[in-house]
Amino acid sequence: MSVLASAVPATAEDRVSVASNWRLVWWRFRKHRLALASALVLIALYLVVLCPDFFSTQDPEATEARLAFIPIQRLHLFEGWRPALWVPDVVGKRNPTTLRMEWRVDESRRIPVRFFVTGYPYRLLGVVPTRIHLLGTAAEGRDRLHLLGTDRLGRDQWSRLVHGTQTSMTIGLTAVTFSIVLGVLLGGISGYFGGPVDAVIQRLIELLQSLPTIPIWLALTAALPRDWSPQQVFFAITVILSLVGWTTLGREVRGRFLALREEDFVLAAELAGASRRRIIVRHMVPTFLSHIIATSTLAIPAMIINETSLSFLGLGIRPPAISWGVLLQEAQNIQTVALAPWLLVPGAVVILSVLAFNLVGDGLRDAADPYSQ
Amino acid sequence: MTRYVLKRLVLLPALLFLFSVVVFAIVQAPPGDFLTTYVATLASSGSSINAEQVEALRREYGLDRPVWIQYLRWIENLAKGNLGLSLEYQRPNAELIGERLVLTMVLALLSFVFTWVVAIPAGIYSAMHPRSVVDYLLTVVNYVGVATPNFMLALVLMWGAFAYFGMSVTGLFSPEFVEAPWSLARVLDLLSHVWLPAVVLGVAGTARLTRVMRANLLDELNKPYVTTARAKGLSEWRLVVRYPARLALNPLVSTIGWYLPALFSGSLIVATVMNLPNIGPLLLRALINQDMYLAGSILLIYCFLTIVGTLISDILLAWLDPRIRLEEG
Amino acid sequence: MTVPVLRVKDLRVHFFLDEGLVRAVDGVSFDVEPGRVVGIVGESGCGKSVTTKAILQIVEPPGRIVGGQILFQKDSQPPVDLAQLSPRGAELRAIRGAEIALIPQEPMAAFSPVHSVGEQVIEALQLHERQWRPAGPRLSRNEARAMTVDLFRSVGISMPDERVDAYSWQLSGGLRQRAMIAMALSCRPRLLIADEPTTAIDVTTQAQILNLLRDLQRRHGTAIVFITHDLGVIAQMAHYVVVMYLGRVMEQGPVEQIFHAPKHPYTRALLKSIPSVNVAPRTLLPTIAGSIPHPLGRPSGCPFHPRCPDAIPGVCSARAPALGPVGPGQLASCFLYHQDAAVEP
Repeated sequence: MSVLASAVPATAEDRVSVASNWRLVWWRFRKHRLALASALVLIALYLVVLCPDFFSTQDPEATEARLAFIPIQRLHLFEGWRPALWVPDVVGKRNPTTLRMEWRVDESRRIPVRFFVTGYPYRLLGVVPTRIHLLGTAAEGRDRLHLLGTDRLGRDQWSRLVHGTQTSMTIGLTAVTFSIVLGVLLGGISGYFGGPVDAVIQRLIELLQSLPTIPIWLALTAALPRDWSPQQVFFAITVILSLVGWTTLGREVRGRFLALREEDFVLAAELAGASRRRIIVRHMVPTFLSHIIATSTLAIPAMIINETSLSFLGLGIRPPAISWGVLLQEAQNIQTVALAPWLLVPGAVVILSVLAFNLVGDGLRDAADPYSQ
Repeated sequence: MTRYVLKRLVLLPALLFLFSVVVFAIVQAPPGDFLTTYVATLASSGSSINAEQVEALRREYGLDRPVWIQYLRWIENLAKGNLGLSLEYQRPNAELIGERLVLTMVLALLSFVFTWVVAIPAGIYSAMHPRSVVDYLLTVVNYVGVATPNFMLALVLMWGAFAYFGMSVTGLFSPEFVEAPWSLARVLDLLSHVWLPAVVLGVAGTARLTRVMRANLLDELNKPYVTTARAKGLSEWRLVVRYPARLALNPLVSTIGWYLPALFSGSLIVATVMNLPNIGPLLLRALINQDMYLAGSILLIYCFLTIVGTLISDILLAWLDPRIRLEEG
Repeated sequence: MTVPVLRVKDLRVHFFLDEGLVRAVDGVSFDVEPGRVVGIVGESGCGKSVTTKAILQIVEPPGRIVGGQILFQKDSQPPVDLAQLSPRGAELRAIRGAEIALIPQEPMAAFSPVHSVGEQVIEALQLHERQWRPAGPRLSRNEARAMTVDLFRSVGISMPDERVDAYSWQLSGGLRQRAMIAMALSCRPRLLIADEPTTAIDVTTQAQILNLLRDLQRRHGTAIVFITHDLGVIAQMAHYVVVMYLGRVMEQGPVEQIFHAPKHPYTRALLKSIPSVNVAPRTLLPTIAGSIPHPLGRPSGCPFHPRCPDAIPGVCSARAPALGPVGPGQLASCFLYHQDAAVEP
């Protein structure tokens, strides 16, 4: 062995060697510009989740058959060169043969849009009663404002989309949280104790993973009693989705535990007389927390897609609750979509959010793994 | 290798038994039985059925017996190839499911072929030209492909075809072939229809596979054996295809284990949206009508397909990778 | 005077990293004469491996040859400058494996694990068939296989008939390296590049492999560029030695001169740190002060000056010394011998 062969990092790397793990992850994450932009999109979406009513312009449940299929009134930001918020008016005419109202956009009449206007009453964050909404028309009741048009029952799609965002984004997050709890608990137990405990949990994971997911989900959601409240259904669906979701995380956690068990510092802690629980909580969990976060971020979009698909098929979230999937149910009939293409807009939002989650998750995963490059 | 496969084959009935219990538990879970729903449906559609008839039906289906006897009866019928008699359709289930099962498999396998035929070359190209325009383009397409739920893609395609070309792209057959017996013309008609749903079903998987292939190949390209092969004087394409691409494929083969089953169950959604004569919509209807014999049978078929998919990938992996083949003895 | 098989002139290979520029090889020149062994020695990261990869133009991006000539002599034709050829072109590919063959560092990873070793040798034979056998019928698979068995036998692999069908991970380290040597020799190359061929092998096998290489080299008259960080191996194998440090040549010359009359302080330090059986037990080995700098933070002037015991203050840190004669056929780049010979920074 050559005594010379020892490389030591130069002074330029000193800053890196003293930084905490979280700071390192942040530094590396910051370099992914696309991931950073996606993180902003997610933050915006979760702001909506916190208080959808504030962002709505109408009551999402208000139906009026006369106002069905009003097209999108595009929000304009300028009037000539002067910055101003306005939408064009829509005018409806009853078709003499079909007797249906047919709406078209009338660019000649401009409806000014104001900030912080009063509208239907709601409770901000579920507590503070208020009537203030972010956007609205100046003269309430007379001018129409349908930023994303209306559906077949004349409900305002923008307001429904905002409420659907709350449900769908929350389901993704809670289902993944359940998965993490289950996955870390069972995967951790499996990886730390090994032996027969490990074998049993591994067989369980294998069994769950070899079930055909979508049909089983469908069967489970179909088994939910019809008379359950939307909250009960929401909770049940979350549990059903995480029933399969935890297995992947469980496997990963187990693998990391197995690898970590062999690490010197765990042995050192054991020799120092630290209890098993203490070893797990103080030494093993922090080392792979960043990985779990990255993996979970990547698991959320799958949950969102699954929820949306189930609800779209009529077996997930059920009306009157609103989710992206429920909104897309309106687009099931192609003739209707041909008449009112804006009914597909919720789909674009699904894609956007899933895209954002994937990009952030990839960025986090790359940032969390210092040895990947 | 043969011992390994045999071991898996022996395990198959045990797994199927386990799944049948799980499936039965699930379809039994809803309160009330399918007769209740049936009666309710009949009532809502105007016709009615008297209490004695209900009782007679209940006895006929054994619904008055304990649960485990009902399970045994179901299994017994399954073993005989009798998948139960669907109440709604009043036809033997085996007959109902037969053709739809074939079409389900055709669709999934075509999707699978599409995925591999597109993803592998795309992944190889991307890895050989990292940071090129095509690579970036493929990356964007892949991200969007993964992010698009396949029912959404189906909707958009159907809408586009309808709104701009006045075409209907639903179903797997032209109207004149829907009820026709199998013939060469019908197979050709099927092929002219099945590719679109197959592509829709395969897009997300293709995107994912392309990314995996690209990443795997980039890893492999840095390995010393590539340098050896290059130093040997092989041309770049031949070298990549023969060595690193071959090795990058191995981890992909193990994805068949979940991808093929995912296609089977994923076809459920596409089939429902695009109105394909598949077992998916059948399951959906059976579930909504609480037709538990039919639903249970279809669920079990899905389980079977899943196990077979996993088995196929295990065998392929062992066959492709001498490290596994030889060590299993 | 014989014509050298290979003349490397002022070779420069730079790596363009996001963090900055690494001059992995910075002005290296040496000649390889037919049937002679040139040893390149240095610590890890000194650029010796990159030098050999540059000869075959298989430096991985972001590395690139940015200057210098690699003149390769084919038969009686005028020499070809390999550095000017396209790395993916047919002309260079015809030289790789056929005229210049590589014995890589880790025989374990250097074979594909999913192809049998024999198959990989057969591939080389068939690929360059027209070069080692200009006429005759196309090589059949059986013929190629038989040749591979012969090759395996000639490099001392027992039971060659069976070993041909083995996978690399079924063979021991020594056997793997023998198989690798068989592959390198398969097309009877003029020049062999051995990149630390014995590093990954245990000591007893090392000696056998070295003997085999020397034996083959004498028998076929192949020229060898031999890379190692082990001066003991250099002493056994090489006729001519190039000592590198951080991409630059510190000293080069005939093996006797380098070992018996080392001029450069770095060469002397290297020689002192070889463990010897003659030294009293349990004494500390002399080491070189300091540690190898990070490639991105290469010291100014002579790269060795921060660790050099004889560094001249204000001189060695300001400019880099050029190579100049210090003995018979011996060159060193050090201001101790050439006060004025500096290279442009």
